[in-house]
Amino acid sequence: MNIVLRLAWRNLWRQPRRTWLTTGAMVFSNVLLVFMISIQFGMYGLMIDNTLQIFTGHMQVQAKGFKDDQKMRQTVPDVIPLASRLREEFQTETIAARGMAFGLASSEKRSFGIGIYGVEPQFEPRVSSIPGLISDGRYLLDDDAAEIVIGSVLARNLRTSKGNELTLLGSGKDGSFAAAVVTIIGIFESGVPDIDRNIAHIPLRLFQDVFYMDGSGHQVVVMTSSLGDAERLHPDISAALPVDEDLVVHDWDALQPGLKQAIQADMSSAFFMYGILVILVAFSVLNTQLMSVLERTHEFGIVMSLGLKPGRLGRLVMLETAMMGAMGMILGAVLGAIFTYWFTVNGLSIPGMEEMAAMFNLPARIYPQVTVLSTITGPSVVFLFTLLAAVYPALRLHRLHPVEAMRVN
Amino acid sequence: MRMLPVLTRLAWRYLWRNHRRTIIMLSAISIGAWAMMFMTALSRGMVDQMILDGISVLPGHVQVHNPQYLDDPSVSNRILLGENELADRFASLGFKAWASRVKVPAVISSEYESRGVTLLGIDPMAEREFSFVSYDEVEGRFLESAEDTGIVIGRKLADKLDTELGKRVVLMSQDPENEIADRGFRVVGLFTANMPAFEETFVFISRKAAQKMLRIGDATIEVVFLGDDYRDVEPTYERVVAAVDGTLKVSRWHEIDTYLGTMLKVMDGFVLVWVVVIFLALSFGLVNTLVMAVFERVREIGLMLALGMKPASILGQIIIESMLLLAVGLAIGDALTYATVQPLQDGIDVSVVAEGMNMWGAPSVLYPKLYLYDVVLANVVVLILGFLASLSPAWRASRYEPVEAITKVG
Repeated sequence: MNIVLRLAWRNLWRQPRRTWLTTGAMVFSNVLLVFMISIQFGMYGLMIDNTLQIFTGHMQVQAKGFKDDQKMRQTVPDVIPLASRLREEFQTETIAARGMAFGLASSEKRSFGIGIYGVEPQFEPRVSSIPGLISDGRYLLDDDAAEIVIGSVLARNLRTSKGNELTLLGSGKDGSFAAAVVTIIGIFESGVPDIDRNIAHIPLRLFQDVFYMDGSGHQVVVMTSSLGDAERLHPDISAALPVDEDLVVHDWDALQPGLKQAIQADMSSAFFMYGILVILVAFSVLNTQLMSVLERTHEFGIVMSLGLKPGRLGRLVMLETAMMGAMGMILGAVLGAIFTYWFTVNGLSIPGMEEMAAMFNLPARIYPQVTVLSTITGPSVVFLFTLLAAVYPALRLHRLHPVEAMRVN
Repeated sequence: MRMLPVLTRLAWRYLWRNHRRTIIMLSAISIGAWAMMFMTALSRGMVDQMILDGISVLPGHVQVHNPQYLDDPSVSNRILLGENELADRFASLGFKAWASRVKVPAVISSEYESRGVTLLGIDPMAEREFSFVSYDEVEGRFLESAEDTGIVIGRKLADKLDTELGKRVVLMSQDPENEIADRGFRVVGLFTANMPAFEETFVFISRKAAQKMLRIGDATIEVVFLGDDYRDVEPTYERVVAAVDGTLKVSRWHEIDTYLGTMLKVMDGFVLVWVVVIFLALSFGLVNTLVMAVFERVREIGLMLALGMKPASILGQIIIESMLLLAVGLAIGDALTYATVQPLQDGIDVSVVAEGMNMWGAPSVLYPKLYLYDVVLANVVVLILGFLASLSPAWRASRYEPVEAITKVG
């Protein structure tokens, strides 16, 4: 072992308690950081996936302006042929056409205003999680049958159930009165009250008849295997659209601006907290290293008068800090990963958080994912700041005068 | 106890013997304390605003419904008491404000578009205290009486419906027999709201017009009451309960809006966790400092013991040292907090992430709220935990064997 390394290591253990306490501060912060970052990014991923799977998909083709105004007449013409052409061109099944309208749904006893989606029964299950959430009955099968699938809360509010009829009232694309009688064949339950209360699916061809859509719809939903794929595919899909129509492709973050911003808002408050933790650790290290330099003034004086350059002493102090920092980093990352992994297996639920979780389409029990990135990020930043904190004590050595230093004590 | 002034003075001087160490520790404590309280103030401000907004939209502090209504929000489950009977019961009880309203889900249609909304049939005079709409800022006019025949809708909704002031819209809902109840209204006012979602969700007509449209005579759907403080609704709740008989259901706001209720509780928990976490991060440095402070004066402590100072006094002195350090650090932290929160009283604009904040139900301008309770909590928690953390080094110091300590080479 190199002599400088050995010296630094021994210096650390002259005051074992101090070294452990300082390392302890690092380990504490690191465990916390690994845990919180794992939860945080796991949650963001879930929020995005769940939200996109329920409504929006990764991309949508829409008429220009539909995203903001959602007006009936901002349509995608010949939406079913367009969707099938895109499926062929991109060799994928995860593209589906939709129409969307608001209307009054009446059962025998009750009436409520809801969002009515016209969907392609064979392809909707590939782009949305709702068809998989049927808790009673079945999902739509037939392209133009007079059938409807509604959410469980809506079914309760309407005081109706599978097999009963619903009357839909609304206005068509041209503003004329639209009405239909449909049979409830399935009830879905997503666990998110807003969705279970407000959304109904009917076959797209029926939708086009009822709302006088004339073959048009409002969206072509595209699902890809990942967010990154979606980004790559975006220009190709744009290019594949008919040129003479006023159509645009929107990414998920344009379709759900709230989602991205909620994540940003949450991240900034989280980073504030992490920053404070890191700064407190840095102070702790600064204190320790300054003390360890000051109490060695006498001996530093001696070695300097023997010809050791202050720069080398400074490097020694930095090396000591780096060793301590590395201990904190490794112990913190390992303990943090173990701690987090325990929750990966057992899940984490905070009592009373269910309602908040549901707001963001999250399950009540969260399973944080330990990844290399989430394990390394926090501890490395702490390590970096630890080194920064030692710069001042190390630089002080340059001001040391050998003779005066030797007189101390 | 006699020793206290002397010990305090000793402790104070010891602190400044190694002023660098003390200053570093003080900075750490001040920053920690500041972070505790500043973060708390921001979160409190956010939740307060959410709740105030939330209460102003709907619940008031206490609500009265037909017992079936909450499960089955339909016009069939209405309050059968007429206006006069309600006034007889509640007017004389001295609530800060109260109002009865019709509230049903409905579909609104212009000549081009339809949307689902919540229809509120109100008496504009009685609702002034509850409403999130400031009447004077309405474009056009707000409803003028409980008999007004116009409709006031949100700006955003008007855009989506392609309608404007002076145009007609049709409201559709159901009457108690589940016949479609519909009626045309002229748009007389457009309101704006803090929360964009409200502009799309709520439409206002007069209570009379709503009763006529829904064919419910002079019955209403809900009665709302405002007390003095949303955190303590019990007095209002009890007065209302006493005034209604068992045929009506009385609820507190956090029973109606469970999301906000949970938010408030979660916030209280969060504040405590945050304070403790920061303290723990600080505690390593604190204990370290004390251990060093004891270590470097082992000989002095030995000498004092040999001269007859009681071990208890040594213990006391170290603890006082720690408390002084914390107290000064906290004082600076408190001052810092005040100095940073005060200039932000006019609100922090976070509208870059407005839609995200709205997803939480939070507004796009944050007003930090520094509560005395939170300041006291942070300070007291730090002092108590600090006291506990310094026990061990102090105890060790007081247990030194005088002779060994004096002869120790340091």
